[in-house]
Amino acid sequence: MNADIRPIRTQAEQAILASLATVPGGGDRLADLRRAAARSFEENGLPHRRVEEWKYTDLRSLMREAVPVAGTAAIAEADARARLLRGVEARRIVIANGAVVPELSDLADLEEGLSLTTFAAAMAAGDEVLSRIGGIVPSRYDASLALNTALARDGVVITIAPGAAIARPVHVAHVFASGTAAAMYARSLVVVGAGASFTYAESFEGPDGLAYQANAATEFVVGDGAHLDVVRLQEEGASAFHLSTLLFDVGRESKVHAFTFGLGAAVARTTLYATLSGEDSHVGFNGATLLKGRQHADSTLFLDHQVPGCESRELFKTVLDDSARGVFQGKIVVRQAAQKTDGRMMSRALVLGDEAEMDNKPELEIFADDVQCGHGATCGAIDDELLFYLRARGIPRKEAQSLLVQAFVGEAVETVEHDGLREALVERAEAWLAARA
Amino acid sequence: MALLDIDNLHAKIDGEHGKEILKGLSLKVNPGEVHAIMGPNGSGKSTLSYILAGKEDYEVTDGTVTLDGEDLLEMEIDERAAKGVFLAFQYPVEVPGVATMTFLRASLNAQRKKRGEAEVSTPDFLRLVKDKAAHLGINQDMLRRGVNVGFSGGEKKRAEILQMAILEPKLCVLDETDSGLDIDALKVVSEGVNALRAPDRAMIVITHYQRLLNHIVPDFVHVMNKGRIVRSGGKELALELEANGYAEYQQDAA
Repeated sequence: MNADIRPIRTQAEQAILASLATVPGGGDRLADLRRAAARSFEENGLPHRRVEEWKYTDLRSLMREAVPVAGTAAIAEADARARLLRGVEARRIVIANGAVVPELSDLADLEEGLSLTTFAAAMAAGDEVLSRIGGIVPSRYDASLALNTALARDGVVITIAPGAAIARPVHVAHVFASGTAAAMYARSLVVVGAGASFTYAESFEGPDGLAYQANAATEFVVGDGAHLDVVRLQEEGASAFHLSTLLFDVGRESKVHAFTFGLGAAVARTTLYATLSGEDSHVGFNGATLLKGRQHADSTLFLDHQVPGCESRELFKTVLDDSARGVFQGKIVVRQAAQKTDGRMMSRALVLGDEAEMDNKPELEIFADDVQCGHGATCGAIDDELLFYLRARGIPRKEAQSLLVQAFVGEAVETVEHDGLREALVERAEAWLAARA
Repeated sequence: MALLDIDNLHAKIDGEHGKEILKGLSLKVNPGEVHAIMGPNGSGKSTLSYILAGKEDYEVTDGTVTLDGEDLLEMEIDERAAKGVFLAFQYPVEVPGVATMTFLRASLNAQRKKRGEAEVSTPDFLRLVKDKAAHLGINQDMLRRGVNVGFSGGEKKRAEILQMAILEPKLCVLDETDSGLDIDALKVVSEGVNALRAPDRAMIVITHYQRLLNHIVPDFVHVMNKGRIVRSGGKELALELEANGYAEYQQDAA
């Protein structure tokens, strides 16, 4: 290929390239990773609709504005803005503009078996655990992850000792706290030791009306026989861009469940990668997305069954009001060695708005011959018969719709095991519906 | 004044070429009365019940319907319910994800709110449901499940009667409540209905068979055919129909 032919750089790309010029040198592995990530962005730029993985989320045309990397947030502002999941009993870490705010974070008095530090501190100390970063390498260039790898300076690094059962969740609250639009990047790492159990929650929020860009990536390394629950709540400001990546390396006989709940941002893309590298594991990825106005949200999954006997289950629900657009892409790869794989994927959309659109793209790539895999996608309006039934009992139309939407979303939200987090998500769904009514 | 006054009702299926189903139906129902409407399949019995409840698939082309002197046809579906119209469905739908208790409470409070009454407190509501449910053989597990989800035919009908008992409507329209019920379930459901008979409450019992009317004994029986009431009489008319069938009326109308 002729390397001289380059598309014209958009303003957003130029701003990102300027940011990338600041990626520090250094001879260690992490520095190499960062430079490689920066180079891959220089070569490929922002993905557009001709890049298959971004077909329905053309980042190049959606992300127009050039913004600098965010500076340090004022503590009081970060504190005032970080509202989500406050009622949940959890160890709380606040990341504002991409950096952990120690004054707002519960970093001391760690339970036995829990070690928690900041990404910046781990880097400064040359912590060995960071060798786990970049463990899962997407088969194709992923701009969102590459930018995160190149530009993230901070985040949390959590290690759960083998066999430790950490009952209290860790909640990492990401917040954008700045008066002008900027980009923030955060990278976190969670290593769950063999036989350990842990619940990790993330939330994302920021002011409406600012086209800020949030980019977060969290890598999970799940040991043999471990149990990990991940719950994330995305309620970025109404004009924001939210790009995030969750990567899971799943050991044998382990159980991993992740729930992603998306309500915010003008444009959101969440990509989940799972590599099932240990036999007889169970992975459950579920999600719910509630969209209105002209919001655009994309949930993309890649599940890579590399070994025999694993089970994966995905259920994603999308509610689309007004002229919102939802995207679900799910790809299950079953390698030749991964016999007895059992994979099921389902995306369901409920369309409330006349102008709303849902794009579903399930993909199966199966190289083994003794597997059970299935996928499905549905898209429809509220059932008139159900609506009539509720109204015939005296429930007004809007309220009846709310009940039915809640029921629709509830099927996915119910999969969240942690009571406090599940209730908090139900409450957020109710707030969304109340704002609609 | 009649509680329900249907005068010369004409209605067709909504849409440009919608078929006319009701062709000049008139019926007066006073408080405390139980009227049975019988007739062959396709005579328009279920359509009548849907039009009273306000289903949007039909268009009324002529005639009037008043409830307590108010124009029923002008009211929204939920408004009719709040005014006291209750349709017990022939085929109650399943509403997955909406717990029966949540649904009952939302219904009751929505109706009360519309009538300007206070919401029912949680303890009062629980007591009310527990009491009414016990009489109908509805257990706690059914109440916790999604509305009608996984219910048998009989359980669905009992659940309808439970809703009726809790909402205390003025006008109950029972659409083929006996369909799909065995004799024991029929008894339970009928007893539930009979317990709700009251001087200020009227019922319209729509049925194809006389069997139900052995249990819910009507004050009046009407025979419906081709969208109109073709004969009215006392409860003995049901027995006559059982013996002779509907053929006579179908021929008359033809």
